[in-house]
Amino acid sequence: MNNSSVVAVRFDGVSRYFGEVRAVDQVDLKIQDGEFFSMLGPSGSGKTTCLRMIAGFDRPTAGRIHLYGQDVSGLPPYERNVNTVFQDYALFPHMNVGDNIAYGLMVKRVPKAERMKRVEEMLELVQLSGFAGRKPSQLSGGQRQRVALARALINHPKVLLLDEPLGALDLKLRQQMQVELKSIQKRVGITFIFVTHDQEEAITMSDRIAVFNQGRIEQIGSPAEIYEKPASPFVAGFVGTSNLVGGEVAKRLTGSEQTFSVRPEKIHLGSAQDTPSPDMIVVDGVIRDVIYLGLYTRYLVEIEGGIDLVVVEQNLKTSSMEALSAKGQKVKLSWHKDHVSRVGG
Amino acid sequence: MPSKSSSTPKASWGLKLASLGTLLFLHVPIFIIFLYTLTPDERTYTFPLPGITFKWFGVALQRADLWRALKLSLQVAAVATFAALVLGTLAAAAVYRSKFFGREAISFLLVLPIALPGIVTGIALRTAIGGLDIPFSYWTIVIGHATFCVVVVYNNVLARFRRMQGSQIEASMDLGANSFQTFRYVVFPNIATALLAGGMLAFALSFDEVIVTTFTAGQQTTLPIWIFSQLTRPRDRPVTNVVAMFVMLITFLPIVFAQKLSAASSDTEGEPK
Repeated sequence: MNNSSVVAVRFDGVSRYFGEVRAVDQVDLKIQDGEFFSMLGPSGSGKTTCLRMIAGFDRPTAGRIHLYGQDVSGLPPYERNVNTVFQDYALFPHMNVGDNIAYGLMVKRVPKAERMKRVEEMLELVQLSGFAGRKPSQLSGGQRQRVALARALINHPKVLLLDEPLGALDLKLRQQMQVELKSIQKRVGITFIFVTHDQEEAITMSDRIAVFNQGRIEQIGSPAEIYEKPASPFVAGFVGTSNLVGGEVAKRLTGSEQTFSVRPEKIHLGSAQDTPSPDMIVVDGVIRDVIYLGLYTRYLVEIEGGIDLVVVEQNLKTSSMEALSAKGQKVKLSWHKDHVSRVGG
Repeated sequence: MPSKSSSTPKASWGLKLASLGTLLFLHVPIFIIFLYTLTPDERTYTFPLPGITFKWFGVALQRADLWRALKLSLQVAAVATFAALVLGTLAAAAVYRSKFFGREAISFLLVLPIALPGIVTGIALRTAIGGLDIPFSYWTIVIGHATFCVVVVYNNVLARFRRMQGSQIEASMDLGANSFQTFRYVVFPNIATALLAGGMLAFALSFDEVIVTTFTAGQQTTLPIWIFSQLTRPRDRPVTNVVAMFVMLITFLPIVFAQKLSAASSDTEGEPK
């Protein structure tokens, strides 16, 4: 289904101002047909406003939005072949589950027999067969979530927008829904645009991620690219944990004053006598703090220039006693040159 | 509704007696009116009743002026309520949905008539209507009543809008419904009970209104004004009692019903998200 030559959604210099506030600032974006695309960012970064402009609830102050080549910048929501799963689900409380799901077909005057048939298919897709007669108030959060999904998918939209749909669910259910959403997306082959502030969620599900900050896109790329090669200090800090090193220390270690980032798990914690291979970057340090976390241990190591680096080591052989007694020890940190990511600045 | 009797401490005898006394003080006069619909004595209230008769019901039935007044009152209440339903809903929707300059001021001005003493509203309307050379008529009564009927509907509907999930309207549009369909299938069912409750309250308010009506009526006599005029005529006093009893029943039932309705819907629709 993934046809990379067809562009599903295109933003050309889209901006949205609320008075003085630049919620979205000059965003250019291309989302491919059939893609699972995430918009990731902290609250107020403009990701939800972008989603609302695709849905038609909001209009750009400047720039154009195209859906499959058609300029939809001025079209109302009901004239766009796009459906939304809302953060609070927005189910109609006065209708039962079946009528909620059939709503899109009902307003388009699809005959009742066909409506019933497609509602059944949708209930099956979201594993809620037999729930058609219930009221939304009789459902759990996870079930409401599925109804909202079925209600949006029954119209066979070209693009499905999901506005932090898993935010209200507890962790277990959220992880289960992540897997399920991904498999539903593969089955129906529809372009999914997923808004979230949870980097783990975005990395788990997405084909590509756009990281938003202050109304702009900082980086677009696959989860691996975003994680391994963050393009800015913001991306390095927002997606996962990262160590940022700049100035004099960066110059001595890498030959350039440009700030670089290195992930905690890429750093090897060795004893002071180790002699690492030549393509490693090596620096001496002292362990300032140890946090034992069961599966792994997090060390805070002070290197030259007073910079603290976070290092994570899996507890493959070490016990908690050994790990905790490392505090104050002199160590040699090393990491491969390929694991350094220039983030500018 | 869950019973809370198990968790609340028992009231003392003194408090119970005081509560009972207050309730009796408030409601015994009403029963006195009911009682004296049956007296054969036409001028004075004597106790115990000298006898029991139902003739005043018959007399009331035959008074043409009474029937004209009743018909006018019902008409005015119906039209004022209808106007209030339309205007109150539109105003509530505007105040709820959009932010515009002067929104708070408009909201305040809408609610003001119910806070203002009726006599102020009455004099103001009389001056305005007189100043504009509009003849005092049935329609001026309707306008007068609509001023406070709108408030009741507006408050009810606005409260319901605030409880409604705002994203429902967006969800409806998103699923392909235009504005009209969204109102019909989503907004209206959400506010229907609020409209019914507000409408019935408005009707009851209009039906027994005296003060504003006195100032805005021409030669017309609504039922409460008719009753009022009867008080100066001591003859046929039990007829007034008969009418008073029916007015009470007519206004009482819708209010009880409206209260039940809004209580029931706040139980079921205030569901957690």
